[in-house]
Amino acid sequence: MSFIHNFPFFSIFICMISGIVTPLLKNGKWAYRLSLCASGAGLVLSGVLLGRVGPRNESFSFMMGHFPAPWGNELSVGPLEAVLATAICLVMLLALLAGRRDIFEDVLPEKQKLYFIMMDEILAALLALTYTNDIFTAYVFIEISTIAACAIVMAKDSSATMVATMRYLIMSLLGSGLVLLGIVLLYCITGHLLFPNLQQRVLELVATNQYAMPLTVVVGLIVMGLGIKSAMFPFHLWLPPAHGSATTASSSVLSGLVVKGYIILMIRLFYKVFTIEVIRSLRVTNMVFLFGLAGMIVGSVGAIKEGHIKRMLAYSSVAQLGYVFMGIGLGTDVGIMAACFQILVHACTKPMLFGCASALSAGRHHNKKLYALRGAAYENKLAGVGFTVGALSMIGIPLFGGFAAKVFFASATMAQPVKMWMTLLTLALSTVLNALYYIPAVTALWSKPAEGEAGEKQPADPTFAVSTVLFIAAVFFLGICYQPVVTLIQNGLALL
Amino acid sequence: MENLLINHYEVAAVILFGIGFLNLLLQNNLVKKVIGFGIMDNAVYLFLASQGYIEGRLAPILVGETARAADYINPIPAGLVLTGIVVSVSVTAFSLALIQRLYQKYKTVNFDEIVLLARQKGDE
Amino acid sequence: MNKMARMKKEKKTPWQRFCAWVNGDAPEKALLPAEPPKPKKKKEVKPQKKKAAAPKKEWMGLTRFEHIYRVCAVFIGVIIVAVLMITVVQLPLFGSPDNPAENEVVERYVEDGLEETGAVNMVAGMILDYRAFDTFGESSVLFLAVTCVTMLLMRDRNNTDKDEDLLTAREHIVEGHEEDIILLQIAKLIIPCVLVYGIYVVLNGHLSPGGGFSGGTIMGSALILFAVSFGMIRMSRFFNYSTFRKITSSALMVYAASKAYSFFTGANHLESHIPLGTPGAILSSGLILVLDICVGIVVACTMYGFYALFTKGEL
Repeated sequence: MSFIHNFPFFSIFICMISGIVTPLLKNGKWAYRLSLCASGAGLVLSGVLLGRVGPRNESFSFMMGHFPAPWGNELSVGPLEAVLATAICLVMLLALLAGRRDIFEDVLPEKQKLYFIMMDEILAALLALTYTNDIFTAYVFIEISTIAACAIVMAKDSSATMVATMRYLIMSLLGSGLVLLGIVLLYCITGHLLFPNLQQRVLELVATNQYAMPLTVVVGLIVMGLGIKSAMFPFHLWLPPAHGSATTASSSVLSGLVVKGYIILMIRLFYKVFTIEVIRSLRVTNMVFLFGLAGMIVGSVGAIKEGHIKRMLAYSSVAQLGYVFMGIGLGTDVGIMAACFQILVHACTKPMLFGCASALSAGRHHNKKLYALRGAAYENKLAGVGFTVGALSMIGIPLFGGFAAKVFFASATMAQPVKMWMTLLTLALSTVLNALYYIPAVTALWSKPAEGEAGEKQPADPTFAVSTVLFIAAVFFLGICYQPVVTLIQNGLALL
Repeated sequence: MENLLINHYEVAAVILFGIGFLNLLLQNNLVKKVIGFGIMDNAVYLFLASQGYIEGRLAPILVGETARAADYINPIPAGLVLTGIVVSVSVTAFSLALIQRLYQKYKTVNFDEIVLLARQKGDE
Repeated sequence: MNKMARMKKEKKTPWQRFCAWVNGDAPEKALLPAEPPKPKKKKEVKPQKKKAAAPKKEWMGLTRFEHIYRVCAVFIGVIIVAVLMITVVQLPLFGSPDNPAENEVVERYVEDGLEETGAVNMVAGMILDYRAFDTFGESSVLFLAVTCVTMLLMRDRNNTDKDEDLLTAREHIVEGHEEDIILLQIAKLIIPCVLVYGIYVVLNGHLSPGGGFSGGTIMGSALILFAVSFGMIRMSRFFNYSTFRKITSSALMVYAASKAYSFFTGANHLESHIPLGTPGAILSSGLILVLDICVGIVVACTMYGFYALFTKGEL
């Protein structure tokens, strides 16, 4: 056992402890620095871990305490988890950098410290959801991320955010209630809580055809609960107001990471507990597939109707999550590989779009209506470029990350004729729909503003610049040099 | 059908879950929504707690020097319920605080009215 | 653009909307065309639209949406209950000794629990030693909840209310002048007893039913009783926001540090140098007692914090 194997545990604990220490700090500035340190430390630790488990193609489980699998809590780590954890820490760090000015403007000075506690705990919860090997730990961390996510929405303290938080909270509570019931039912038919033992028992039950109905209900409840929390199509209505009204860093983290945390957990449960064959034979994947397709269309249509740039981006998140669910719904390794890749691409693109959108609106008195943003890109060129890159990646132009994801989705469907046609048609339609709202937005940003419309130039914001440049680099990296990432994801899925 | 009678705790839990679920979805009054959530969560805990019980065994507090597994009921559901209760207390406190703020702003706890009022104020 | 407006818009048929979009005279979709005059038009149209939307119509729109929503919700709820009912029929029977949950996990918790954790109360041994990571997460949930409530209810410039300020001021005057002798005497009698009982429950968490959460709640109720009967002013002399922060943060820090030590030694197969003591004694079962005390402190502060924030908006 090498020292590096402790790193997942260290990264979770560093984030949680920095959350606990934060109330004792002097003011919001220090809390911000501590949060940056925590996510930076998480990034370094996950990066080193990735450097070890990636090339060696190794996966291991880590005991949280003195007791092995069926008795004590465990973490399990492989290449997939390491990639996702690295991406989560990186996006968190960059989102905090990009949203710095808005956080300190939107959140009251005496509450800024508390805001960063939430950010730290969200990061800890996401890492724990990525690494955990225990279904009840997963439930506890789902709740942590729910509470913290609601808190970062309401931190802005305007009437819109309050109402959005209430709606988000109600839907989240519904989702966690269903997940908890699913976990309880699963416990009473298997008697275990840790993934490896659960898998063993589930396979036994399937082989002997015992408790077939309860098992189906368990999968249904868990998928529905996690689906509500990650805005799967019929349950997506809470997302646009919540993500559209929060402060920039919150929107970035929520769209880029929090909804993904539940999806990552869902993928891991599918592989490590129920196994993908069982899931396929229960036909759950078909439901998820259809919901995914519907989400792709409904999200884009919602975005087309929207005139508020942040809510437009939020609707586009619904569509992009539809892609992820579609990939999971294919129920094959390639499909889920494409879904994981899409998670990475979206996690890098959407926070950048949110950051750039609010940087662009800063010169227009924070008016985020699209008509007010005409020509805003000339006042903040970097933000304009960032928004354009993000938009092109979302549409799926070659060389950008989104294109690679779409190609993977298309090639993943080749084995299943019925799903292939549905996927390809929906992909094409959704690409057109994406273009229908992103292209006008980009042209509006770059068209010459009319007389008297131009806003004042904003002072340069170095942290925003750093984060946008890194985000752009990440989008191009995923669009051009995707091969190593894809190999890691494939190896990781094989080892799950 | 006999199983339903034997599993009467689970049956009660499922009915309570349904009541809580519908209250959470259908009530316009936010406080009642939170009560619905409480009923729903407690139904799950009732379900879980009933899973640990075994006829004629002792509570999982050791009596005497050595323990035999056949003498005691299952301690795991009790622990999980304990964890779950703390989580639901926290969530309830959070939602009630949010409701208090909303009430302060709009002088009503009816969610539809709050949504309309917020919209009339012009949303950003 | 919100749901309301969308509902209103959906009254037009899709074909009409499509025509309108092609003709370019749908002002709310100004983002589609990029030619200059559009946005201005939209700006002019926007306020008119708001005026035109009479509240009455909005109510109707909402009820229609509500109607569909309600039918769906009842439908989903009934389906869930029905499916769960059928599931319950097939579940293992209540109280039977051979249901699947009775397996090697329970066996080890019960039979080796005392030897491995030192706790007589197996539930305490399970949640604070075997599955301690869950419980750490759970204490963090409590910490987060009190932080959220502070964020929402602590007085600040967004969260002030003239009536409430007046009320608070009057209460402060009342607290300063009137002293209810019966209340004070009985409170003086009861508070120490409650506090001692709470401490007893916390300290005996590993020996008998109880532990940090239940004992902490009892201690919290003693704090609340003190605040109610002696007034917040006297309470804040020894317990204000800064002490609250220091106490909860340091208790959680001790918790995190001791758990980190035990996770680290456990995972790396190092020897843990914490004696388990004689089973049944108060000072036994290693870290469980420390953890129980930390949890108890956090819970007591949290409960009082909830009370103070909900009633007064300050700590």
